[in-house]
Amino acid sequence: MPQKLDYLPETASQTAGPYVHIGLAPGAAGFDIYKQELGWDIAGPNARGERIRVEGIVMDGMGSPIKDVMLEVWQANADGNYAHPEGGGDVEDGFRGWGRVITDFETGEWGFDTIKPGTCPGRNVGPQAPHLNLWIVARGINIGLNTRMYFEDETEANAKDPVLNLIEWERRRATLIAERTERDGKTVYRFDIKVQGEDETVFFDV
Amino acid sequence: MLKPGEFYQRDRERQPPALTRDYKTSVSRSPQYSLISLQNSVSEITGPTFGHNDIDPLDKDLIYNYAKPGESAIGERIILHGRVLDENARPIPNTLVEIWQANAGGRYRHKKDTYLAPIDPNFGGCGRTLTDENGYYYFRTVKPGAYPWRNWVNNWRPAHIHMSIFGTAFCQRLITQCYFEGDPLIPKCPIVNTIPDPEAIEQLVAKLDLNGTIPLDTIAYKFDIVLRGRRSTLFENRLEGN
Repeated sequence: MPQKLDYLPETASQTAGPYVHIGLAPGAAGFDIYKQELGWDIAGPNARGERIRVEGIVMDGMGSPIKDVMLEVWQANADGNYAHPEGGGDVEDGFRGWGRVITDFETGEWGFDTIKPGTCPGRNVGPQAPHLNLWIVARGINIGLNTRMYFEDETEANAKDPVLNLIEWERRRATLIAERTERDGKTVYRFDIKVQGEDETVFFDV
Repeated sequence: MLKPGEFYQRDRERQPPALTRDYKTSVSRSPQYSLISLQNSVSEITGPTFGHNDIDPLDKDLIYNYAKPGESAIGERIILHGRVLDENARPIPNTLVEIWQANAGGRYRHKKDTYLAPIDPNFGGCGRTLTDENGYYYFRTVKPGAYPWRNWVNNWRPAHIHMSIFGTAFCQRLITQCYFEGDPLIPKCPIVNTIPDPEAIEQLVAKLDLNGTIPLDTIAYKFDIVLRGRRSTLFENRLEGN
């Protein structure tokens, strides 16, 4: 017998289930318990850059909205820095870059306010286009799904983005690009996610 | 000096696949195309950090954190404790651990749960804490009850506590469920059995820890959590492609 490697194996994932709100958004479950729920303020009051809203629906393989989904977002600030010791540089006071959102139980619509991130370094060649990193859990999803949202108006940066270019099927790249719209003078990006079926969103093994 | 490098690739043969027919809800909620494998960039090796200002010390005590003054939650009093480690067996300090669960009768405090077991007026069912400098965490709560759910006509979830853990990087993010040693419902559960590897299932079963109990007061279960580990870069390696 050869020697043993003494790594520990990663704990297995299990679905977040239908009652994820109790733990991670108790207000939505129908009760008030914590002094403050986490993840509702992504950018904080001092963040530079364009204030935006992001909205969408997560759909299942039948095209029906998934109404018990929870999304988390992780993003850089307008300078392309993440709020982390290895995040590339300083961020504004109060900028966390992380958010958590659940859907409306009736419609499946979700949305959050943040700022548009800047470009950040890629692994090797060239920068990554501005993007939001998204993580999706729900009943029926055994292990959280990682995807990214890019911005429609960043045509040039998107064309050079190393991650988008990794997607062999060019038409699938479009599933990661949010549509820019205006509402009451505010910028709203629309990003619908299709977990399965026609034009299925690209998901990553990160 | 060794510099921290990329995270070890996730072992997809130990993790549950997206499509698991016996857990029916997964059928229409599972991507059909393969995941695109991504080597780590700054977007994956970073993740949110939390501090003691974000939470309250009482948040980790589910017996009292929703109870009226002088009252407490009903059920078998337990301590759930353990460490958050990475695959290199190194503790992960100051990381956020959040839990949620049904009450001792198997009922969730959620407007969508209609099971006939009663709500406990003194039990909310959620808690959160930060690991200490040794990666150690603990909660005080009541042992949740088993409950029926619609999948096949007669499915019962084993007693379980949902757990959400962050680590230091967004690519370590994990949600799982903690089961309890000796529960005969564990091997019958289609959600448990989404995990293909029997050893990975065992790793989700908290062990009775008599040494961790408070005699004549509270019983204890130990549950360690392992998040993905990172390689150290011994040599600068040339990065291929992107």
